[in-house]
Amino acid sequence: MGQLLVVEGVCKRYGAEEVLCGVSFSLEKGETKVIIGPSGTGKSTLLRCINRLTEPDRGRVWLEGMEVTAPHANINKIRSQIGFVFQDFNLFTHLTALDNVRLGLLKVKKMGRKEATERAQAELARVGLAGKADAYPAQLSGGQQQRVSIARALAMDPKLILFDEPTSALDPELIGEVLGVMVKLAHEGMTMLVVTHEMGFARSVADEIVFMERGVIVEQGPPEKLFRAPAHPRTAEFLRKISELYGEAA
Amino acid sequence: MGLDWAWLPQLAHGLKITMELTAACMAMGAALGIVLALLRVYARGPFLPLFWLASAYVQFFRGTPLLVQLMIIHFGLPSVGIRFTPFLSGLIAMGLNTAAYQAEYFRGAIQAVKAGQMLAARSLGMTRVAAIRHVVLPQALRLALPPWSNELIYMLKYSTIVYMIGVMDLMGVARTIAARNFRFLELFSLAAVIYLGIVLLLTFALRWVERRIRVPGLGSAGRG
Ligand SMILES: Nc1ncnc2c1ncn2[C@@H]1O[C@H](COP(=O)(O)OP(=O)(O)OP(=O)(O)O)[C@@H](O)[C@H]1O
Ligand SMILES: [Mg+2]
Repeated sequence: MGQLLVVEGVCKRYGAEEVLCGVSFSLEKGETKVIIGPSGTGKSTLLRCINRLTEPDRGRVWLEGMEVTAPHANINKIRSQIGFVFQDFNLFTHLTALDNVRLGLLKVKKMGRKEATERAQAELARVGLAGKADAYPAQLSGGQQQRVSIARALAMDPKLILFDEPTSALDPELIGEVLGVMVKLAHEGMTMLVVTHEMGFARSVADEIVFMERGVIVEQGPPEKLFRAPAHPRTAEFLRKISELYGEAA
Repeated sequence: MGLDWAWLPQLAHGLKITMELTAACMAMGAALGIVLALLRVYARGPFLPLFWLASAYVQFFRGTPLLVQLMIIHFGLPSVGIRFTPFLSGLIAMGLNTAAYQAEYFRGAIQAVKAGQMLAARSLGMTRVAAIRHVVLPQALRLALPPWSNELIYMLKYSTIVYMIGVMDLMGVARTIAARNFRFLELFSLAAVIYLGIVLLLTFALRWVERRIRVPGLGSAGRG
C-alpha cells in the first residue's frame, strides 16, 4: 500500500541553530502517528514544514505521491488538503463558530453558501458543538474552541490532519473532550500526525510513536514497544520525565 | 449684540461645504491609508521599494504642517500649470494629509491582529491576499475604528483652514459675514456652537457604529 505522506530528509535552520536535521518518516492512510519529544526539539517546526507554513531548507515532502515541496507545487491547493490544528486554536476572532468552519469552504473550496452552511453545521455537530454555532471564540471555553478548530479542519475533507499539541493550552478538565474527538477521528480512519504530551492518548490510539530530540528522530515504533522496551536510553529518560510531569504514563 | 436669522441660510450652506469636505477627505484618506498601511506591513522582498515609498509618504505628510501642504497645492502648483478650485485644493491637501495619519492607525491595527490568524488562514489554503481580505482586515478595521473616529473629528475641525484659500465653508461664511457687519463675536460664537453640535452628533453616531460592529474578544472591550 502506498504511503499517504512521505517526509524525507527535512532540514531547517534558524540562524546558527539547526532545528531539524534530516527528518524522515512516512504515514500510511488511516494511520495515527504521535510525535513526542522535549520542548524546543523542532516538533512544531516539523509539522509546519510539512504544509510549508515554514519553508524547509532541504528535504522533500510528498502527499499521495504529489511533491509538496516541488518549486511549482500549488501550495494553497495542497494546504487545503492538510488540516492543521494549532496549540492555541487560532480561531478567527471576528467570526462565529459556524463562520469559522464555513470560511474555508466559501473562500477556498468556493462552495455555495447553502451547502457550506449545512456542511459547517454537520462538522460542528460531529465535534459536539451543534448548539454553539452562533458563539464567538471569546464566548467559548478552550476545549470548545479547540473542537471548533478541529471542525474547521475536518470541513475541508483533509487527507491528513496535523495536530500541534492540541491540548497543551487547555485546563486539565477540558483536555478530555478534545482527546475524545481525536480518538473518534482515529477510529473513523482519519490519518493523523499528532504532537502531544498526552501519553494516555499515544498509548491507546497511536499506531506508531516517534521520539524526537534536538531536530532528529531518535527512535520510532509501536507504542507497546516504545513504552515497554525503548531501544534508546534518551527515550527511556524522556518517558520517565514525562510521567513525572504529567502523572499517568506507565 | 444679537443674532440675525438672515445669516442662517448662508451658514447652513457653509456647513454643507464643511461636511462635504470632511466626508470626502476622510473617505479618500481611508482608501489611501489602508493601501499605505498594507504596503508598510506586507510589502517585502521584490515589493520592498513600495514599502519605502509608503514610508516616505507617511513621513513627509506627517512631518510637515497641513497648512503648508495646502498652500503648496493651491498657490504653488499653479506655477507648474496644475490648478484646482479652492474646494478641490482643500480636499486634496486634507485627503493626502489624513491618509498619512490613517495609514498609521491602520498599520497599528493590522499589526495588532495576532500572527496566528494569518497562519490559520494560510493553513486552510487561502492565498495571502484572501487571508488579508477575509481575516486580517475585518479585525484590523474594527480595531482601527476608535482612532479613526478621533481623526474624523480632528479633520472636521481642521477643515476650517480652507477659508484661507477662499473656500466658503462654515468658517469662511462666518468670517465673510462678520467682515461686512463687524459682529465678529456673534458670528464666530455661532460657528463654534455649530461645530460643537456636529462634533457631538458625530461622536454619538460613531459610538453607535462601534457598538454595532463590536465582536466579543476583539478590541478595547477585551474578552467576554
Ligand atoms: N520563527 C523562528 N525563528 C527563529 N527560531 C525559531 C523560530 N521558530 C522556532 N524557532 C526555534 O526552533 C527551535 C524549535 O522550535 P519548535 O517550536 O519547533 O520546537 P517544539 O519541539 O515544537 O517545542 P515545544 O514543545 O516548546 O512546542 C526552538 O529553539 C525555537 O526557538
Ligand atoms: Mg511546539
